[in-house]
Amino acid sequence: MIAEDESSILLSLEFLLRKAGFDTRVARDGEEALGVLTAFRPDVALLDVMLPRRSGLEVCRFIRAEPALAGMRILLLTAKGGRQDLQNGLAAGADEYLTKPFSTHELLERVKALAAGKGPA
Amino acid sequence: MLEGWFIVASSFAYIGLLFAIAWYADRRALAGRSIIANPWVYSLSLAVYATAWTFYGSVGRAATDGVGFLPIYIGPTLLLLVGWFVLRKMIRIARLTRTTSLADFVSSRYGNSALLGGLVTVIAVVGILPYISLQLKAVSTSFQVLLQYPQIVMPPPAGSLQVMQDTAFYVALFMALFAIAFGTRQLDAAERHEGMVAAVAFESLVKLVAFIAVGVYVTFFMYAGPGDIFTRAAGRPDLDVLLAPFGGAAGGYASWAWLTVLSMLAFVFLPRQFQVAVIEVTDERHLKRAAWAFPLYVLAINVFVLPIAFGGLLRFPEGGVDADTFVLTLPMAMHNEGLALFVFIGGLSAATGMVIVETIALSTMACNNLVMPILLRVRIFRLTEQRDISSLLLDIRRAAIVAIVMGGYFYYLLAGEAYALVSIGLISFAAVAQFAPAVIGGLYWKGGTARGALTGLTAGFVVWFYTLMLPAFAKSDWLAVELLERGPWGIELLKPTQLFGLAGLDATTHAMLWSMIFNVGAYVLVSMLGSQRAGEHAQATLFVDVFRQTGEPGSRWRGATSSSALQALVGRFLGPARAAELFAAYAKNRGVERIDELEGDRDLVRFAELQLAGTIGAASARTMVATVAQEEPLEIEQVMTIIDEASQLLAYSHRLEEKQAELESATRDLQGANERLKELDRLKDDFISTVTHELRTPLTSIRAFSEILHDTPDLDAAERQRFLGLVIKESERLTRLINQVLDLAKLESGLAEWRSEELDLREVVADAVSATSALFKAKGVALETRLVPSPLVLGDRDRLMQVLLNLLSNAVKFCTPGSGKVIVRLAGDGSTVRVEVADNGVGISPEHQNVIFEKFRQVGDPMTEKPAGTGLGLAICRRIVGHLGGRMGVQSEVGRGSVFYFILPVAAPGERLAVHG
Repeated sequence: MIAEDESSILLSLEFLLRKAGFDTRVARDGEEALGVLTAFRPDVALLDVMLPRRSGLEVCRFIRAEPALAGMRILLLTAKGGRQDLQNGLAAGADEYLTKPFSTHELLERVKALAAGKGPA
Repeated sequence: MLEGWFIVASSFAYIGLLFAIAWYADRRALAGRSIIANPWVYSLSLAVYATAWTFYGSVGRAATDGVGFLPIYIGPTLLLLVGWFVLRKMIRIARLTRTTSLADFVSSRYGNSALLGGLVTVIAVVGILPYISLQLKAVSTSFQVLLQYPQIVMPPPAGSLQVMQDTAFYVALFMALFAIAFGTRQLDAAERHEGMVAAVAFESLVKLVAFIAVGVYVTFFMYAGPGDIFTRAAGRPDLDVLLAPFGGAAGGYASWAWLTVLSMLAFVFLPRQFQVAVIEVTDERHLKRAAWAFPLYVLAINVFVLPIAFGGLLRFPEGGVDADTFVLTLPMAMHNEGLALFVFIGGLSAATGMVIVETIALSTMACNNLVMPILLRVRIFRLTEQRDISSLLLDIRRAAIVAIVMGGYFYYLLAGEAYALVSIGLISFAAVAQFAPAVIGGLYWKGGTARGALTGLTAGFVVWFYTLMLPAFAKSDWLAVELLERGPWGIELLKPTQLFGLAGLDATTHAMLWSMIFNVGAYVLVSMLGSQRAGEHAQATLFVDVFRQTGEPGSRWRGATSSSALQALVGRFLGPARAAELFAAYAKNRGVERIDELEGDRDLVRFAELQLAGTIGAASARTMVATVAQEEPLEIEQVMTIIDEASQLLAYSHRLEEKQAELESATRDLQGANERLKELDRLKDDFISTVTHELRTPLTSIRAFSEILHDTPDLDAAERQRFLGLVIKESERLTRLINQVLDLAKLESGLAEWRSEELDLREVVADAVSATSALFKAKGVALETRLVPSPLVLGDRDRLMQVLLNLLSNAVKFCTPGSGKVIVRLAGDGSTVRVEVADNGVGISPEHQNVIFEKFRQVGDPMTEKPAGTGLGLAICRRIVGHLGGRMGVQSEVGRGSVFYFILPVAAPGERLAVHG
């Protein structure tokens, strides 16, 4: 699942992941993301931190608190690159953290690695 | 064993012992473990009252007057038993005022009158000379009698020998040296001599034991007990009369009463008694013990007087032996050499103790109240300028001691033989009794004035001299006897021994009666007729109400001085080192770290005065302190000055309050500014962080699509076209953002370039509307203009265009396509022009209305996409309008649309006319 409010970024991410063979769903804000997560139960969630209505960090915490979503891998995307932001993300339960603008290759590698290590870690 | 050298050696050995005791006591005192701080020692030191006169003279008097010797001891006993509170009051006052002598005490009571102090000193010195001569006579007589052993031969009369061969002269010399050695080794501010007191207490014990030893020897070894002696005496008619208390030889009731009163007064007012009882006392509670211990001592030393007297009269019936020597001659007659020597030592002890204490007390008075006041007043000596005169003070005292003892010796030469020991002593008693009205009156009557005391003392002293001293000189053939028998110039009424025809009284009673009448009368009368000076009244109150006072007495000091000046002054009298010590202790007491931080205030002046008072007397101390700390009398001008200063102070404090308020407000402003700075700093950080975020977002898209296009050569053409379009769009967004950030930075830093021209806003609005009409059409939003002709404004056309375009594009952004409608209005009044852009869009909630003009504060429909734009537009608009002297605002209601407006001031009238004309 990809949650991103910037439509062009969302479009590019969706294109990249589909091309890599992933089954994707998209959300444009935090609330929508929660709905998609519970319905779709993806292996990996790509979350923009600055999502409208519910931030990516909130969604992250929701996933970690929800037993039904246990084992889900989370990759946070943010335009903020500070050390404090990284710590906040990891504290919220994210597995990976990528700063915008990111390399598409790196993104794909990360997502693939996360998807491969899916399951109770 | 009674060779001359042995007697002298024994005497010196005994004096040496006294020195050792004094030395030990001084050392203990220095170590803080006083041996005289003891009620027994105090009681024994009071027994300095019993001199050689008691030791030898009581027996002599008893041999002629029977029990007539007793009043002299009943007086002190009564005083201690009944009148102890008077002594206690004097002790308390002396402590408070640092009194060093009787003269000081009297002078202090009457407003530190130097004249009074001097008069008291003169009376005391002159009055005591007979008493000292008595001691010299007793010692030299006893020495000469003892020297004749085994014969019992009376010495030649005084004055019959050359001075250099006269024993009494050498006795005087040595006594003076002893007194100097005991009393003037160091200068003490408190003028207390612990060593001397200890030696005196010991001496009192020695003379008591010696006298009792003789008494026991005579009563129980020579005779078979007191019963035996009195039975034998009763058997002789000439001795029997001596046993009757108030009849015959003992004198009448009047004589008894007067002698009792006289000795009561002498017990307090003899300089040595005042010294040991009031000055040297370590604790006024010791008085309680002394109240019964001293009477007991008196009883013990008197119990054997009559047996010895009768024993002597019975043993030497021929009358060839002076009764004053019985104490010594009886053991000699029995060939008891050891006892005789012991008796001599006891007598020497009694005489030495008296002379030492008396001369020390008198020399202190003479120095402080007679010599120093004169030296300090006479400018030639320049004493006030000398740095350290403590050694000079000691020299003055030493000289005074020698002078006093030698004065006593000359009195001995002149009149020594005229009277028996007791009579000589009584002359001195009568002299010091003259102090009673001034002192006791001063203790209990606030009305007593210095003038009254001066007159009373002078009158009493003159009468005393006339009725007691003149007869003594006359009897010694130094004056014509005619004076006594016929009166001066043959006026019978003025006969010294029967003044104003008063006859039938003994000399002492007669003198006491007249001197007291004149003394008390003058004191009371002059006091009541005159008035007190201010300082005098303060001292009178201090003395009379001493038990009602708390703390140190204080006079209101209205002068100014410095601590260093006071310290230098005290240093001149006590030595610089001692002064530094005292001031340091005072500073420490006051919680001040260094001496020079002490304020030269009333308390410090008082402190310095007290220190000096111990050394040079209260009156001189006041004079000396006044040389460095001028105290001015309060004149009406000064009162006005003080009031004036007070009001100035008040005004000053008002100004201070205002200043403080200003400071507080400035502090608040600064704190506010600081908070604002912090806030700005935080905002700047936020801005940078936000800008970074806003820059990264389009960059992310651009990079992602670029990489996709690069990595996917087989992308179909339509998709490739779409992605490239997104790249271009995001690049434009990035460019726009960068431009706006730079624009804003330029505006905020004040570096932006502004053109100033007269503008007709209608034209500008029309241009902006036409520039955006395409956008409106595309969005399906209606655009309407209602432009009223209005005055010109001054401004930058491009900047105002920027504002209008921003407002129009915002308006269209938030309008619903199709039903959206935007109205642009322009209207002006005399001074301003108002432009507004109203839409019927989603509207802005009140809380958001406040923040939309801030940077990166966008408000969008949360349900829809993020609003397009950088979030900097309105912030830039507001800056522009603000720079042009106008203001910008918004009115809005959620769901009903928003009205953004800005108001600009019109251009100056002249410029406008120029355009239109």
